Amino acid sequence: MGLLSKKDSKLILDPLADNNPITIQVLGICSALAITAELKASIVMAISVLFVLGIGNVVISLMRNIIPSKIRIIVQLVVVAALVIIVDQVLKAFAYELSKTLSVFVGLIITNCIIMGRFEAFALANGPWRSFLDGIGNAAGYGLILVIVGFFRELLGSGTLLGFPVLGNPIPGELSGLYALGYENNGFMLLSPMALIVVGIIIWVQRSRNKALIED
Amino acid sequence: MEHLELFLKSIFIDNMVFATFLGMCSYLAVSKKVSTAVGLGAAVIFVLAITVPLNWLLDQYLLQPGALKWLGAEYADYDLSFLSFIMFIATIATMVQLVEIVVEKFSPSLYNSLGIFLPLIAVNCAILGGSLFMQSREIPTLGLATVYGIGSGIGWFLAILAIAAIREKIRYSNVPPALRGLGITFIITGLMAIGFMSFGGMLTGGDEAPKEEKTVKVEEPKKDTDKELANNTKVNE
Repeated sequence: MGLLSKKDSKLILDPLADNNPITIQVLGICSALAITAELKASIVMAISVLFVLGIGNVVISLMRNIIPSKIRIIVQLVVVAALVIIVDQVLKAFAYELSKTLSVFVGLIITNCIIMGRFEAFALANGPWRSFLDGIGNAAGYGLILVIVGFFRELLGSGTLLGFPVLGNPIPGELSGLYALGYENNGFMLLSPMALIVVGIIIWVQRSRNKALIED
Repeated sequence: MEHLELFLKSIFIDNMVFATFLGMCSYLAVSKKVSTAVGLGAAVIFVLAITVPLNWLLDQYLLQPGALKWLGAEYADYDLSFLSFIMFIATIATMVQLVEIVVEKFSPSLYNSLGIFLPLIAVNCAILGGSLFMQSREIPTLGLATVYGIGSGIGWFLAILAIAAIREKIRYSNVPPALRGLGITFIITGLMAIGFMSFGGMLTGGDEAPKEEKTVKVEEPKKDTDKELANNTKVNE
């Protein structure tokens, strides 16, 4: 990392594991769970949040000295809302089907706690470059969990990844792959409760590996 | 009848927390004690009951394609729906501030119990989600929009009350160390969501698509015990 000093790269790498926004800081779970039934939707959501949080952090950080602290929440909401409108319009123009799947959850990026959380905790106190790195890092940590959850739910729930069948052909009469051995998809993975349970298991695994994170 | 149906549906079937995961952040952060959970839950009902009908009016007379017709024929083909995010969130943020000021002036005791939660609410996804779902489900009248707002609020209230009660009890259980706190809360919420799925056939009398029936049936035995668990805890508390 010649480009980044040690302190800067810490900003990006920390949120990926030991300070992950979802599993440790408990932020941004709202929109994270509902759209993870498919890997593709998870990836698009992760990229959207990356865009909004990266740019939003820079904008807020540039304005941090001129925002009166009493109305800062409204100012922040307006900045996020403007960015989210851009994301929403781009999705509607270039990936209409996907924007139907994501439905209101694109709009809900506005109230995603990660975004307000990072604005409040970081961008209001730091310069634009460091805020940008912090935004990218946190959004990447968020996206990582989203992709992991989406991967398992789509694989176990419908036997596909990104829409491609990876476990064989499940249609009766022309069975192949694992299905020929008697494997069946677990449709339950596609229902909402399993998203919560999968995240619970990720937290379990992460905290068993790193004992310092255990709460009492 | 239509109103009652939407009311029950928004509380149980489309429960904000269990079916759409809205407001999870505050749901997880403020559910350690029953008393604070009640405060936040009441504030959510209050704000949803005000903002959903208000945003319905905005949507109907300002944002929808053709909504500006009342200004004159030349405005009839304007479509401002891309502005809905920013309009909704601005309405919510101002309403929350306004409610805070009004409540502080007229009912200091209510302010003391709700007060600290009100600012939190502006960024609660359940509130914006309520308005966005109202828009995407095309709720036809102002009355239904109000009912939808109140119903979703009550659903959220029930969910946070139940999880707070369970979390108060679970302190005395022997949970694996790595699952303590956040992990077990996630898994309990998942189990409660399975319980709430049993309300799915409530309004249709169980005449759902056969495919859905099958998935639900597999989980039948588990589901009942979970629901009982949730109910018991509520009763004990």
